[in-house]
Amino acid sequence: MKGGIRLLKTKKAAVQLIFIAAGVGMLCYGVMRGEADSVLGKAIRLCLECVGIG
Amino acid sequence: MDKRENKKSQFLGHYRGLVQAGATLLTNVYLPNFLKGGIYQGKGKAVCVPGLNCYSCPAASGACPIGAFQSVVGSSKFSFSYYITGFLILMGVLLGRFICGFLCPFGWLQDLLNKIPCKKLSTKKLKPLTYVKYIVLALTVILLPALVVNDLGMGDPFFCKYICPQGVLEGAIPLAAVDVGIRAALGTLFTRKLIILIVVVVLSILFYRPFCKWICPLGAFYALMNKVSLLGIEVDGHKCISCGKCARVCKMDVDVTKSPNNGECIRCGKCVNACPTDAVSFRYGFGKEKEI
Repeated sequence: MKGGIRLLKTKKAAVQLIFIAAGVGMLCYGVMRGEADSVLGKAIRLCLECVGIG
Repeated sequence: MDKRENKKSQFLGHYRGLVQAGATLLTNVYLPNFLKGGIYQGKGKAVCVPGLNCYSCPAASGACPIGAFQSVVGSSKFSFSYYITGFLILMGVLLGRFICGFLCPFGWLQDLLNKIPCKKLSTKKLKPLTYVKYIVLALTVILLPALVVNDLGMGDPFFCKYICPQGVLEGAIPLAAVDVGIRAALGTLFTRKLIILIVVVVLSILFYRPFCKWICPLGAFYALMNKVSLLGIEVDGHKCISCGKCARVCKMDVDVTKSPNNGECIRCGKCVNACPTDAVSFRYGFGKEKEI
């Protein structure tokens, strides 16, 4: 029983690590291909759709 | 779990309002812009904030992840945003829906509205509506902005344009109050969104967090990550006396003894503080070994 629980914990920890690695990887890849600039370009201008103009 | 560790868990729940106020202030730190009628235009806006906060709010210090995702996928350059997806996955694993409970300005607003004294209605029988937010996420945030495009290959931010009440509350209203030009430009779209905002405000007084439960696409994403989040709720089966207090006190309709990492749990800590035997606590770490 204890061994089974430990295995589940290890599996969950592995999944969490994979998600963290995937998150960091995707974030870095996105920055590298210029997505952060695209976000900045949108965020520093008034979003007409957001405020309801148009 | 010793008493000191449980006190730490209860501390979080007790001071949630203060954390929410602090997070809202940090998310909207450029307060003088409310008087100037402009929005912050620094490089910090390339970085997303964890909660739902319109980047057209004059005081906003960062970008809204939902708005930013739509702007990237709706641009002619990209059809998917690795940057925002990676950010959301990272936030989801590190904190999960703790973000909804502690860091989201719109969540805090709904909490405050629900404190207005009047008859409160239960959402327990409306549980199927919790699935609507996943449809909102898939359709209005991911699919429509990428697929419904104009001749230049650009798509509308459907969620921001047709659903999100934050833009009206944080952007349109304060900007229109000080800028005649913006006030004159507001039309039918603003009126429709203002109606949505009013409906959400009224529902928030009657129900607990209706927008978070049923509509919010950010909440939907974090809900999917709640099961693998490092921050979670743990129930000590040896201490639990099955009194049911934790389930009764939960305003998100979660029974933590049955599903401590339920997607609807916003980690508000009410169950932690309600438990008479200190069986319920926050835990943080890989697997389930660590507790805070």
